[in-house]
Amino acid sequence: MRTKPVEYTGWGRTLSATSDTARPERQSSLAAAMDSMPAPPLGSLRSYGDACLNDAKPAISTVRLDRVTAFDADTGLLTAEPGVRIGDLVRRLAPLGWLPPVMPGTGFATVGGSVAMDVHGKNHHHAGSFGQHVTALALVTPKGRKTAKTGSELFKATVGGLGQTGAIASAEMQLLRCKGDVMMVTERRIGDWDEHLGLLDASEATYTVGWIDATATGRNLGRGVLEEGETGAGLVPPAKRGRRVPFDAPSFALSSPIVRLFNAAYWRRIPQRGRTVVKPIDDFFFPLDKIHDWNRLYGKAGFHQFQCVVPLDQAPALRQMLETIAKSGLASPLAVLKRMGPGRAGYMSFPMEGYTLAVDFPNRGRARHIVEGLTEAARDAGGRIYFAKDSVATPELIAGMYPEQAKWVKAVAKLDPERALQTDLVRRLDLRGVA
Amino acid sequence: MNETWIIFGATSSMARAFARAVSERGDAVWLAGRDLADIGALATDCSLRGAAHAEVLEFDARKPETFGPIAAKAEAAEGTVNAAVFVGSMPPQADIDADPSLLDGVVTDSHAGPARMLHMLAPIIEARGAGCVVGVGSVAGDRGRIGNYVYGSAKAGFHTYLSGLRNRLTRSGGHVVTVKPGFVDTAMTWGIPGMFLVAAPEAVASDILKAVARKRDTIYTPFFWRFIMLIIRSIPERIFKKMSI
Ligand SMILES: Cc1cc2nc3c(=O)[nH]c(=O)nc-3n(C[C@H](O)[C@H](O)[C@H](O)COP(=O)(O)OP(=O)(O)OC[C@H]3O[C@@H](n4cnc5c(N)ncnc54)[C@H](O)[C@@H]3O)c2cc1C
Ligand SMILES: NC(=O)c1ccc[n+]([C@@H]2O[C@H](COP(=O)([O-])OP(=O)(O)OC[C@H]3O[C@@H](n4cnc5c(N)ncnc54)[C@H](OP(=O)(O)O)[C@@H]3O)[C@@H](O)[C@H]2O)c1
Repeated sequence: MRTKPVEYTGWGRTLSATSDTARPERQSSLAAAMDSMPAPPLGSLRSYGDACLNDAKPAISTVRLDRVTAFDADTGLLTAEPGVRIGDLVRRLAPLGWLPPVMPGTGFATVGGSVAMDVHGKNHHHAGSFGQHVTALALVTPKGRKTAKTGSELFKATVGGLGQTGAIASAEMQLLRCKGDVMMVTERRIGDWDEHLGLLDASEATYTVGWIDATATGRNLGRGVLEEGETGAGLVPPAKRGRRVPFDAPSFALSSPIVRLFNAAYWRRIPQRGRTVVKPIDDFFFPLDKIHDWNRLYGKAGFHQFQCVVPLDQAPALRQMLETIAKSGLASPLAVLKRMGPGRAGYMSFPMEGYTLAVDFPNRGRARHIVEGLTEAARDAGGRIYFAKDSVATPELIAGMYPEQAKWVKAVAKLDPERALQTDLVRRLDLRGVA
Repeated sequence: MNETWIIFGATSSMARAFARAVSERGDAVWLAGRDLADIGALATDCSLRGAAHAEVLEFDARKPETFGPIAAKAEAAEGTVNAAVFVGSMPPQADIDADPSLLDGVVTDSHAGPARMLHMLAPIIEARGAGCVVGVGSVAGDRGRIGNYVYGSAKAGFHTYLSGLRNRLTRSGGHVVTVKPGFVDTAMTWGIPGMFLVAAPEAVASDILKAVARKRDTIYTPFFWRFIMLIIRSIPERIFKKMSI
């Protein structure tokens, strides 16, 4: 199996790695790679920190295994190889009346990465997590080929399992019905924190998300825009795609006065009494994908994303966290608040019933320090952070966040006793501990 | 129109991109090659992308007995039958230097086998007065270099075959496109040191489709390889023979 030394980074570009990488183009070479060089499987590298890094050690990229190998247009049951991108599924299936059951905020995420992070989308409050719609998985592990059916121990260790049970070679999933490939989106201005939570709690839309102005303080704290979407049939021009950020932006681009101005304008753009607009489907689900390499806007030093979820009754603690963020003057315009349902499918899945907050910070000054503090606050509130985003936590900071971790550690140790599949994140947080 | 593409070497990622592109416009695809399990998965993917029909055929350039059934099937098919050849193999030159018998296989995979197959399809194209042949050669066939001249010579032979076939099929309304890719990001080049300006397989597939639509004779893909090769071909042999590029 030929490998190539590849230098790569997580999406936030604060951490990087070099790996001898195998990139199988077919199922038999995936098995051959895992056999001759057991290594963590990688997708599109859309995780922000080091969940998708294995520095100075080998890796297996599964992006070229990218075929849909079965689809029943009547039942919506679909089988895909791990490298199929969620966005490609949307473009191909929405016109036929089907959508991936759950879509993360980037269409570049692969099916493999979506299972391994048990991703959530704007419909989590109704539909749950990605893994809850997966009906079967085929794996290539250091101990050979395995299949995992919903509910089995292997299934629960694999969904949200950070690639530690082996490479997902194929996933069967149940798609959701949609009316077509356009979105009817209702946008409402929200004045403050209490109104924000109230609207999120009351929302009955299929897809709901709150954009939050993480620079607003005082009585404006928590202001934002509520977006509610429903699929529909109609004719809108397709989403424009393919613009690229050609260079690393200078660091003042996201300095605090500019972000404050931008956020205020972004908020005011929505009329006082709200509005309903029609958008191409990718524009609603993957708003940032139109600008390729947008992570370069944060400059060479990159950026951190902090995402946590806290139980419903811990909303005051979350408000406190937002206050810290707003006061720091470091937040970027990318900040999201969402109500999550209880849905999760794996031992290490991120979701829990509660509120989730995600905020980007340019990697400068006290940013790291603030993220550490927020992580601690999330832990103390009985919440947890999302490993797809993290690049700064430590084993102490995340202790107790994942109550089913011990079960996962046991299941994973059976398939990968040599720990060949560990990634930089798994080592940094000592997730596999003493099995 | 009723268009069928027989795609030889369907496991190549370049072929996969090409098969998907013609599937999306509703053509039928017959995917031919050796790894039938892999090609089966591609066939499903192509059907779901809109192929009128997707089928798996066994084709091994080193087993001429696999050629006859394909020709017979093409003969029986309705509409226009087109063929695209992505077959080729490039063992390291050092391996061939150590074991010269490997040379036969390279020539069979990259030239003799596909040419013989195309020779069996040519009369069908002539009889129908339509059909396009796409032959994937290589910039390596433009000049023999110390690093891979056995592969290069097989591709050069294939280029010459394709130009003759073009000369022949033009008379009856058929067409032949010779494709000379530069470096493409596929299994063949993954991990080989010294690659630069590596193109995505999808970009190559889209160049090929444009060339087919415009009835181009020979294309370089990406286009700038035409200029790179112009320079390389114009170096006098007396100097070139001492170079290692
Ligand atoms: C702009 C943006 C928005 C996002 N929005 C959301 C969101 O709304 N909700 C959400 O949940 N996430 C979100 N994410 C995070 C993203 O969905 C996850 O990080 C996802 O895992 C990325 O998929 P990937 O293919 O890039 O995987 P990678 O980042 O390459 O890998 C992620 C993990 O999956 C494992 N993995 C990859 N392929 C395989 C395989 N074949 N078999 C087994 N394991 C594998 C890796 O080992 C690693 O642990 C967002 C990310 C970005 C950049
Ligand atoms: N990659 C480049 O930079 C580059 C540059 C110029 C030209 N090319 C040419 O482009 C074409 C596609 O190559 P690629 O880069 O996509 O590499 P590839 O994945 O190695 O593709 C080669 C294809 O040829 C097939 N093949 C080899 N020997 C065969 C045989 N005896 N019988 C039947 N099929 C056989 C392979 O099938 P199996 O899967 O069964 O082995 C595979 O489908 C080749 O002709 C190559 O020479 C490539």
